[in-house]
Amino acid sequence: MDSKPATPLSEQSDKTKKYDRQLRLWGDHGQALLEAAHVCLCGSSAAMSSQGLGSSGVLGAEVLRSLVLPGIGKVTVLDDALVTQCDLDNNLFVSKDSLGKPRGEQLLQCLLEMNPDVRGSLVEQSTEGILSTQPNFFDGFSVVVAVNMHEKTLLELSECLWRAKVPLVVVRSYGFIGYIRIQVEELTIVESHPENELPDLRLLDPFPALKKYFDSVDLESLSDKDHSHTPYVVIIYKFLQKWIEEHGRPPQNYKEKKMFGLMIRDGMRQKSSGEPEENFEEAIKAINTCLGDCRIPSSLEELFALLPSPITPATPPFWLVLAGLQTFLEENKRLPVTGVVPDMTADSASYIEMQNIYREQAALDSEAVLRHAQDRCQQLSCRTSSLAETRPANGEVKGSGGLVSESQVRLMCRHASHLRVIHGTSVAAEYCGKVNLGGGEVEVSDSDVVWYVLLRAADVFHSEFRCWPGYHDHQVEADIVRLKVCVNRLLSEWGGGSAPVFTVKDDHIHEMCRYGAAQIHSVASYVGGCAAHEIIKLITAQYVPLNNTLIYNAATATSLTLTL
Amino acid sequence: MGGLLCYPGILRRLEGSTCILSTEVDSCKITPHYCKIQDFDESWYQQFHIIVCGLDSVVARRWINSVLVSLLQYTDGELDQSSVIPLIDGGTEGFKGSARVVLPGMTACIECTLDLFPPQITFPMCTIAHTPRLPEHCIEYVKVLLWPKDNPFGGDECAIDGDDPQHISWIYEQSLKRAAEFNITGVTYRLTQGVIKHIIPAVASTNAVIAAACATECLKVATQVAHHMNNYCVFNDADGIYTYTYEHEKKSTCLVCSQVPQELSMAPTDSLQNLIDKLKDSPQYQVSVTAYTDNISVKKIELKAKIKKSNLGLSDGVQLAVADVTSPNSIIFNLRLSLPMDVSSPLS
Repeated sequence: MDSKPATPLSEQSDKTKKYDRQLRLWGDHGQALLEAAHVCLCGSSAAMSSQGLGSSGVLGAEVLRSLVLPGIGKVTVLDDALVTQCDLDNNLFVSKDSLGKPRGEQLLQCLLEMNPDVRGSLVEQSTEGILSTQPNFFDGFSVVVAVNMHEKTLLELSECLWRAKVPLVVVRSYGFIGYIRIQVEELTIVESHPENELPDLRLLDPFPALKKYFDSVDLESLSDKDHSHTPYVVIIYKFLQKWIEEHGRPPQNYKEKKMFGLMIRDGMRQKSSGEPEENFEEAIKAINTCLGDCRIPSSLEELFALLPSPITPATPPFWLVLAGLQTFLEENKRLPVTGVVPDMTADSASYIEMQNIYREQAALDSEAVLRHAQDRCQQLSCRTSSLAETRPANGEVKGSGGLVSESQVRLMCRHASHLRVIHGTSVAAEYCGKVNLGGGEVEVSDSDVVWYVLLRAADVFHSEFRCWPGYHDHQVEADIVRLKVCVNRLLSEWGGGSAPVFTVKDDHIHEMCRYGAAQIHSVASYVGGCAAHEIIKLITAQYVPLNNTLIYNAATATSLTLTL
Repeated sequence: MGGLLCYPGILRRLEGSTCILSTEVDSCKITPHYCKIQDFDESWYQQFHIIVCGLDSVVARRWINSVLVSLLQYTDGELDQSSVIPLIDGGTEGFKGSARVVLPGMTACIECTLDLFPPQITFPMCTIAHTPRLPEHCIEYVKVLLWPKDNPFGGDECAIDGDDPQHISWIYEQSLKRAAEFNITGVTYRLTQGVIKHIIPAVASTNAVIAAACATECLKVATQVAHHMNNYCVFNDADGIYTYTYEHEKKSTCLVCSQVPQELSMAPTDSLQNLIDKLKDSPQYQVSVTAYTDNISVKKIELKAKIKKSNLGLSDGVQLAVADVTSPNSIIFNLRLSLPMDVSSPLS
């Protein structure tokens, strides 16, 4: 054995060390996308906003904080606000001596100290101004965040970003209420990281190499040691053949699967220690999850229906590979093998041998999908690149136009049953149309949905009276009445001019006026944290974003998601 | 109003965060304590109105939980609510998190909800030693079997330091060798670190959300501006954003919080045998075994000793846990040393 080792070969880079905990969630490739991203934070102009609101107020600060810490590439703050006494009182991100200075500058200074890897800049203008003078300003951003923005400005921004195909995340913090709205035209997700992935063992329809492997094992003739160290997948397969001989088809329901389990138990040998063979126990437990893996998921069929037609050089790689996948499925009547198998009690050699059979097939299938993707691409200029195998540490690079890499194909084959596509709706369309909140069957008056109605009603109030309901202490009572009128107007608009489908309780209207658009830091922090993570999902295209509205009620510690 | 924040952390981080907070909010005085939570005793914790935790282990949570339960006062079997110190606890793991409000003695406590904590993953020894199949098995082999054998960093049985890159690198390289023997792929430096340090993935966003949820609850408990959470909330933003808040019920058999102490009055001149006889003969309890405090069992020879003179540390106010073969739980008594020789009958 060596004496004290020399300097470690694999000493990690500073960045890998710093981001270690999050790299375990989205990988080096996800981190690379995050570091290449540029996010814009904007709100309403200082002139139009009540004190404390605006993009560099508490809420904007909290969104940015949870983006800066994990290493977002660049942030741009669009805010013409100067620091006021109100900010000094409730915003931790501005320093005590900064009264009168640009608030966005204070925010950036504070945040960038937290992570020197991040670059930031301030544009000291209002969103309203930019929209009218530089409509293309927002084109280059990865995501734009609208913080406590006035409805009129928000709708203009929403239309602008929808045309530019730049995702928009709307955030609001209002007393104890939080609100997030995601606007994205299309997002394709390869790595959705489903919670419970069923193992891909192909027991009902083994591919040729797998069948050959299964057939090569003669359970009866194995020594006791080998018998108890055979991977359970072999055991299930062997007994499955017996069952099918007797019953004509695999076990279908709970009762049959239980009987199948007993059949396997009968095949167990007695170990000299008296204990049951672990691999047989595992086989019995695995019956429920291993016998239904051959159907093509309907989610994938739905994706095929969305394939652009015709496929051109401009078609993004995701759709190119999906087309290749479609052809593969038509030819082989099965999904590509994922190549991932769970651990099974077995001796090392048997396990590795079995694992390699699945892995080799996965590699063959992935090559086939790549070839099909190439064939589906009609134009000569649609290039495919067989890049040398990139090690995971280098990170995936999302190709543009028609560039498809082997590693991307492999990744998509591995996750074929969990590919997701989000087609969102625009905020402008939602706010200008009728909102369907449950069709009248759902009893909504006690659900957090009322806060959506109240936020929209508060916007109506604000556009008419130029202040938030309950903001001025001396007119809270009058505001309650006015707000109620706004609520009823909205509800009857949505109900098609007839009586509203549900009523908003007076209690809630009073509560809304009690809030008076106050910014409570912990509420802003909650919303900011959630929103930041949604932004990271949009940038890395991993995990599944909210689609498309969150209402958070800090008073009751509850939340609700809606698709509007 | 005094609140206590408990969390593990290096000195610099603790001081740093205190500095940011203390310069910006004049009315809030923050006192950092760099030490283990167990370094303080119950009486120190009694000074606080609310306790908020961001701890990194189940063990630590159970400890602070049992401290707060031990501070509870009962009068005639009824809980004195002014002795309740609310405990607000948050935890995160990747994109999952939870926040809860514990009112010791009134709501479910940490111990009541032990089964909510996910079990640690362990591998059987025969797999590690003889039939490794996964890269994790190879790393565990080096950690558990090879390291103690080779003692690569010399000295007197140098323990593995997960934060020392030299240690991790040695383990990584040996794991690669082990894996090569069995044709196992997938051993990486990152995986090695993860296994050795039991690393749980973490992100700023989930931490911010759970911290915010705890802060909101603290605000509600302190000001009554809205009703606090009742009493457990789970959060998961891996797929959309999902939260679920529910009332976790107090376990009637919880070993920590479901033992309402009973009063037991003895005279200082009574012997320990008298005490045991009282418990045996009392129609309420009919205890049949030895009583003990601090897990020291009473030897026969000391039974005749006077209570006040016995070296079991029995004095007024001490809690006795009386274990009885007839019941899985102990009965807790507060010992009251006074002149009358009565077992007071507690109110039900």
